[in-house]
Amino acid sequence: MRKLMKLFLVLALLSFSVAGLAADQQELTGAGATFPYPLYSKMFDVYSKEYGVKVNYQAIGSGGGIRQLINKTVDFGGSDAIVGEEEAKSAGAQVLHIPTCAGAVVVTYNLLGSPDIRLTPELIADVFLGKIKKWDDPRIAAANPGIKLAALPITVVHRSDGSGTTNIFSDYLSKVSKEWKEKVGAGTALNWPVGLGAKGNPGVAGLVKQTPGSFGYVELIYALQNKMPYALLRNRSGNFVRPTLGSTSTAMNVTLPPDMKVSLTDTDAPDGYPIAGLTWILVYKEQAYQGRSEAKARELVRLLKWMTHEGQKYCEPMQYAPLSKKATERAEALIGSITYNGKGIMK
Amino acid sequence: MSVSGRMETGAGMISRTAGTGKSLSRDAAMVYSGAVRGSRNLVSEAAFRRLLRLVGVAVLLLLVAILASLFVASMPAIARNGFAFLTGTVWDPVAARFGSLPFLVGTLMTSFLALLISLVFSLAVSIFLGEYFRRGIASSLMKTVVELLAGIPSVIYGFWALFFLVPAVRFVETKTGIIPYGVGILAAALVLSIMIIPYSASLAREVIGLVPADLKEAAFSLGATRFEVIRKVVLPYARSGLVAGVLLSLGRALGETMAVTMVIGNSNMLPKDIFGPANTMASIIANEFSEATGAVYMASLIEIALVLFIVTAVINIIGKIVIMKMSVET
Amino acid sequence: MKTKGRDLRRRMFFDRLFKGSVIVLSSVCMLPMFFILFFIMKNGISVINWEFLTALPKPMGEAGGGISNALAGTLILILIACLISVPLGVFAGIYLSEYRKVRFTYFSRLSLEVLQGIPSIVIGIIAYVWIVVPMGAFSALSGGIALGIMMLPVIVMSTEETLKLIPDSLKEASLALGVPYPRTILKVILPAGLSGIVTGIIIGIARIGGETAPLLFTAFGSPFMGLNIFKPVSALPLVVFNYATSPYPEWHALAWGASFVLIAFILFLNMLAKLVTRRWKVQF
Repeated sequence: MRKLMKLFLVLALLSFSVAGLAADQQELTGAGATFPYPLYSKMFDVYSKEYGVKVNYQAIGSGGGIRQLINKTVDFGGSDAIVGEEEAKSAGAQVLHIPTCAGAVVVTYNLLGSPDIRLTPELIADVFLGKIKKWDDPRIAAANPGIKLAALPITVVHRSDGSGTTNIFSDYLSKVSKEWKEKVGAGTALNWPVGLGAKGNPGVAGLVKQTPGSFGYVELIYALQNKMPYALLRNRSGNFVRPTLGSTSTAMNVTLPPDMKVSLTDTDAPDGYPIAGLTWILVYKEQAYQGRSEAKARELVRLLKWMTHEGQKYCEPMQYAPLSKKATERAEALIGSITYNGKGIMK
Repeated sequence: MSVSGRMETGAGMISRTAGTGKSLSRDAAMVYSGAVRGSRNLVSEAAFRRLLRLVGVAVLLLLVAILASLFVASMPAIARNGFAFLTGTVWDPVAARFGSLPFLVGTLMTSFLALLISLVFSLAVSIFLGEYFRRGIASSLMKTVVELLAGIPSVIYGFWALFFLVPAVRFVETKTGIIPYGVGILAAALVLSIMIIPYSASLAREVIGLVPADLKEAAFSLGATRFEVIRKVVLPYARSGLVAGVLLSLGRALGETMAVTMVIGNSNMLPKDIFGPANTMASIIANEFSEATGAVYMASLIEIALVLFIVTAVINIIGKIVIMKMSVET
Repeated sequence: MKTKGRDLRRRMFFDRLFKGSVIVLSSVCMLPMFFILFFIMKNGISVINWEFLTALPKPMGEAGGGISNALAGTLILILIACLISVPLGVFAGIYLSEYRKVRFTYFSRLSLEVLQGIPSIVIGIIAYVWIVVPMGAFSALSGGIALGIMMLPVIVMSTEETLKLIPDSLKEASLALGVPYPRTILKVILPAGLSGIVTGIIIGIARIGGETAPLLFTAFGSPFMGLNIFKPVSALPLVVFNYATSPYPEWHALAWGASFVLIAFILFLNMLAKLVTRRWKVQF
C-alpha cells in the first residue's frame, strides 16, 4: 500500500514536471537590481497578460543579477552597475548591456515635519564618511538657512547587499569627493565606514522610514511610494536640483557610446540631477549556450524589444525617465546584435 | 485467503488493546498477519543487510561530502586570504580584501549575550518542570508552550522582532541617550535568547528529572528545604546535563540566520558595543551570497560557511561527549 | 532555640522566594509565545480571505494579491523533501537500531547528530553548489533536496527510537516462524512502529516547513504559480521574509497573513503528531 502511494507520488511529480516542461518555452527567469523593480514588476505583469509569457524576476540586487547571469542560472540579469573586468572574464562570453530606463538616486531622510533639505556634494560625502554626526551640525545649517534642525544624531543607512544603486551613488561620491574615492571607492558592495545596512531599495526605505534621524539613499520611486522626503542636491553647475522625471531625463543628454556602458552621474547639464543612472538588462550576445533553445532566445529578444519600445510608456507614471531617442537607437542596435549560433535573431 | 484475512482483523483487534497478557500469542498473530501473505522472498537476506549497511555508510558519507564540498569551494579564498582571513577586520569586496573578524566577533557577541539572557529563564523552566510541577495542568501547559516556542519558524521570530522588539529597543535607547538604532546586537541577542530557551530547558529538565529520588529524600530527611535540596543535591548532580544543554543552545544560537539577519543592522564594521549594528557569520552569507561577484568573493563567503560548520560541529560533538559521560556515570 | 527558629524562618523564606522566582521566571518565558501568537492572529486573520488563498501576488505597490503560489510551492518542497528523506531516513533508522552493537554505527549516529546541528544556511550553500550550479537554474528540486537533508536526522532518530522500543521477542518470533529477515523487518517490525515513524515524519515536516535560509538560493522564489520542479518556486517563509522587510504596509499585511497560515500549519502538525501517538501507538 505504501509502495503504491510512493509510486503515485513520484508519478504525480513527474507529470507536473512534464507539464511544466511543455510550458517551459514560455517562461523566462531574470534576477538583479531592485532599482527598476517596481517598473519591471509592472512591465512583466502587463507582458504576461498580453503575450502569455511569464517573466520571473527576483530583485536580489545588481550584484546578484550579475552573479546569476555569470553562473548561467537565469536568462537575463538586471543591473545598474556595469559588469566589471574580473566578472566579464568569469562570464567567458560577451555580455550586452541593454538600457531600459534611467532613474534617480535620491537622498532620503527621516526628520520631523519632513522638511525639504538642500545638500551639497561635500555634505553628503562627509555624512556617509561619518564626519558629520548630528543634524544640527553648522555645515548642514549653512546650506539650509530657513530650517530648524534638531540635535538628533544622524543614522546612516546603506545597502547590505550588492547593489547597482550603491554603484551609482558611490560613483557620484567618488567624482565629487577625493577622500571618498580614496577611502571607499565605487562599487556594488562597499566597505562602508558607518551606518546600518538594509537589503534592497525596499529595505533601506523601510529602515529610514522607521528610524528617526536616519539618512539614506534610494531610487526615487521608493521614496515617492512611501511618501518620504528627499533632498535637493547642488549639481556641477551650482544649481540645487530636485530629483524629478525632467531632471533625470536631462541628465541622460550626454554622448551615448554604442555599448551604452556610460555613467550619468555628476552631469554637465545645468538643470540635470546629479545622481542619475541608467539601468540595464544584461544578456549574453551569443545565446546558444548551455543547451538553450532558439525558441528561448527568440522569446528573450522579443521581450527586450517590447521593453525598449512599447513598454516604455510605463516608465513615466512610475517616475522613471524613458529612454531618449538616441538611447533607444543604441538599444535597438544592441538587441539586433544578439545571435544564436552566429545568426542574428531579431528580424 | 479468508483465513489470513480474519487473522489480520484478529491481530488488529489485539494490537489495539493495551499490551497486557499473552504477548507470545500476540506476537505470533502480528507476525502471521504481517508476513505470511504470500511466501515470495522480497530480497535475499544478504542483499537486504548489505543495503542496510550501505545506508549506514551513506549517512557518514553525506557528512563527509558536505565538509569536502565546503572545503573545495573555499579553496580560492583560503589560498588568497590565508590566515589573515580570521584576523582581518576589513571586509572589502571592492579591493578583494576579506577579513572575517567582524563577523566572528558579531557572532560571538550575539550568541553569548543571548545565552546569558536565556540561562536564567531556561534554568527556571527546567526546575519548574523537573522539580515543582512534574505532572498536572501547569506542567502540560508549560511543556506545550516551550514546545511551541521551539516550533515557531525563525523568519516569524524575525518578523515579530522587527515590528515589536526593535521599536522597543529604540525607545529605550532614546530614553537613555544612546544612538537609537533599534536594530543591532542587542535586538538580535534578545530575540535569539527567546529562541534558544527551549533547547537548554528541555535537556536540563530531563536530567533534573533523572536525579534519583532516594538522594533527594535523604536530604529532605535531614531537614533541608526544597530550595536547599535543589541547590545542593539536584543541580550538582545534573551538572553535566546542564552543561550539555547550554552547549546545545549555543550551537543553535551560532547558526541562527533569519531572525538575526532581520534585526542586526547589517554593518560590516567591527562592532564596538552591543547597541550598534553588526553582522554575524550566518547573516553575512544570507546578505551577500546570491550576488557575490568574483570567484574569491564567493569562495570567501563559503569559507565563512566552512568555519561556521566546523564550530557548530565541534560544539555539538562536545555536547554529545558530555551527555555520554553523564549517562556512563549514572 | 531562638537562633534555630530564626534560622529556620530565614531558610523557609528563601525556599518560598526561590519557588516564587522559578514560577515567575517560567511564566515570563511564556509571554513571548503568547505575544507572537496574539499579534500574528490579530494582524493575520483580517487578511485571510478567499482571494488571499487563491490569488497570485500583485506587482509591487499594488494592493491585493495573494499567496496561492507560496502555498503550492511549500507543498511541493515538502513533498520532495519527504521523498528524499523518508526512505533513506527510515532505512538508516533500521540500520542504527539493528546494528547498534557494531562499532561503525557509533560513527553513523555521530554523523547524524552533526548533520542535525548544521546551520540551515550552510545546507543551502551545499544545495546551491551541488544542484543549482550544475543544473544551471534555481529550482524547487534543489530547495526540496536542501530541506530533505535537514529533515533526514529527525526521521532517522525517531525511527531508531521507535524501533528500540519494540521488544526483540517480536522479531525473534517472526524469525522463528521462518519469515525471512527482510520481510520480518519490513512487514512485521516497521508496521509495529508505524506510529512513531509517522510522528517523526510529521515533526520533521513541521520543522522544515518554516525554514527560509536554505531556500534563499535554491528555490529562489517566484511571482507565478509553478508546478514544475525544475523551475524556481515560491514558498510561505520566503513570502514572509520578502514582504516583512519591504516598506509597503500592504505587503506587511500579506506577511502577517502568510505568517498566520504558516503558524496554523505548524500547530496543526504538532497536534496531529500527538494524535497519531495517542491513537496508533502499539503498546507492548
